[in-house]
Amino acid sequence: MAKEFERRGIPTAIISTIVPLAESIGPNRIVPGKAITHPLGDPALSPAEERALRRGLVRRALDALQTEISGQTVFR
Amino acid sequence: MTKLRVVHYVNQFFAGIGGEDRASEPPGVRAGVVGPGQVLQRALGASAEVVATVYCGDDFFAEHEEDAAATVVGLIGRHQPDLVVAGPAFNAGRYGFACGRICRAVEDILEIPAVTGMYPDNPAVELYRPSLYIVVSGPNAVSMPATLERMAGLGLKRARGERLGQPGDEGYLARGMRFTEVASQSAAERAVDMLLASVRGEAWQTEWPLPDYDRVSPPTPIKDIRRATIALVTSGGIVPKGNPDRIESTYATKWKKYSLAGVAALTPDGWQSIHGGYDTTRANEDPNRVLPVDVLRELEAEGAIGRLLDQYWVFVGSGASTTNARRFAEQMADELRDSSVEGVIFTAT
Repeated sequence: MAKEFERRGIPTAIISTIVPLAESIGPNRIVPGKAITHPLGDPALSPAEERALRRGLVRRALDALQTEISGQTVFR
Repeated sequence: MTKLRVVHYVNQFFAGIGGEDRASEPPGVRAGVVGPGQVLQRALGASAEVVATVYCGDDFFAEHEEDAAATVVGLIGRHQPDLVVAGPAFNAGRYGFACGRICRAVEDILEIPAVTGMYPDNPAVELYRPSLYIVVSGPNAVSMPATLERMAGLGLKRARGERLGQPGDEGYLARGMRFTEVASQSAAERAVDMLLASVRGEAWQTEWPLPDYDRVSPPTPIKDIRRATIALVTSGGIVPKGNPDRIESTYATKWKKYSLAGVAALTPDGWQSIHGGYDTTRANEDPNRVLPVDVLRELEAEGAIGRLLDQYWVFVGSGASTTNARRFAEQMADELRDSSVEGVIFTAT
C-alpha cells in the first residue's frame, strides 16, 4: 500500500514491526514499530513514557516524509 | 487411437497477412497449419493434428476485445478441437493479451484445455498467469522452436488428462497452486541439504520461492511539514466501536474511511480493532497504539505539522490479497490527492 501511494507521488512512511517483511515487499520509508499488536505503544511503560514512545515514533515517520532518499531506507 | 485435434491461434503477422499495417485485420481462419504452425505440428508428432489456424490482427483484437474474442472462439469451436495452442506471443503486449483472453475463453466456453507461451515480462503475464498455463518463451521469435516444443508437450499432456510436473520441469510459469506430495525426506533434511548445497556453491532450488516485488522510486519529500496536511492510513483494523460497516476481520475485500473531526485521541469506548490476525487486547485498551491520533493532534496543536486530515482510511491487512491491496491503494490515493494530502503515515500490525 505504501509503495502504491509513493508510486502515485505521495510520500508515505510505513510504521511496521516486521521490518524484514516490509523490506522484501519494497516500501521506501520504513519506521520499525514497537510490537505487532501495538506498533505505537508499550503497555509495560507508564502512560507518560508510552506517550513519549509514540510521539518519538510518529516524529520519526514525519522525519522520514521529509528526507530525500534514493531507495528503501529504514529509519531507526 | 484417433488423432487429437488441435487449433492454433496466431496474430496477423504470424498468419503471414502483414505487419503493423495489417494489425486491424478482423478474425479469420485457414485450414491446417500456417507459418509457425508447421513447427507446432512437428512438435506434436503423429498423435495430434493441427486442423485449423485462427488469426486476428492485434489492433483489431485490442479494440474490439469482447466481439473479437467471441468471434475467435466461435471459429475455433467449429473445428471441434481437443486442444488450443495460442502464440507464443513472446514479449508482444497486445498479442499476449489476445492469447491470454482467447485461452481463457476457450477453457471457459468450449471447456477444452488451452496453452499459450509468453516472455515472463509480457504485461499479459500478470493478468493471466494465475488462471492459465503459460509456457516461458524468450523475448522474441528466436525462441520459437523451443517454445512451441514445450507448448506442444504441455498441451498434449493436458489434452490427455495426464498429471503435470512442476512448473520448472514442464517449462510453464508457476501459477501459485499448491499440491500435496509425499517426500522421501523430511523437511528438516531437505532444508539442511539446501543449506549445504548453498555453502558448497552448488545449484539448489527452494521449495517456496518468495514473490518478486517491484520497487518504486521515492517521490520528492515534503518540503514544509509545518504547512503540510498529513493523513493516517492503517491496515490494523481500527474502526468505530461496533464496526458499523462490518468490514472484514480477515481476507479484506473492502476498506472504509472514518471521520476524525473533533477527535483529540482515540478512546477505548469509541474505537476498537477488529483485526483477525493479532491479539487485539492491547489495541482495544488504547487504539492510539495502532492509530496514533493523540500525538498527531498534539503535534498539530504545536504547529509541528500543518494539520492532520480529519479522516483516516482503514482495512484489515491479514489475509488481504496483494491484488485487493493494490486496488485499495489506487482508490485511496485518488482520495488522498483530492484532499491535498502531502504525506501519509501508514501503520501496519
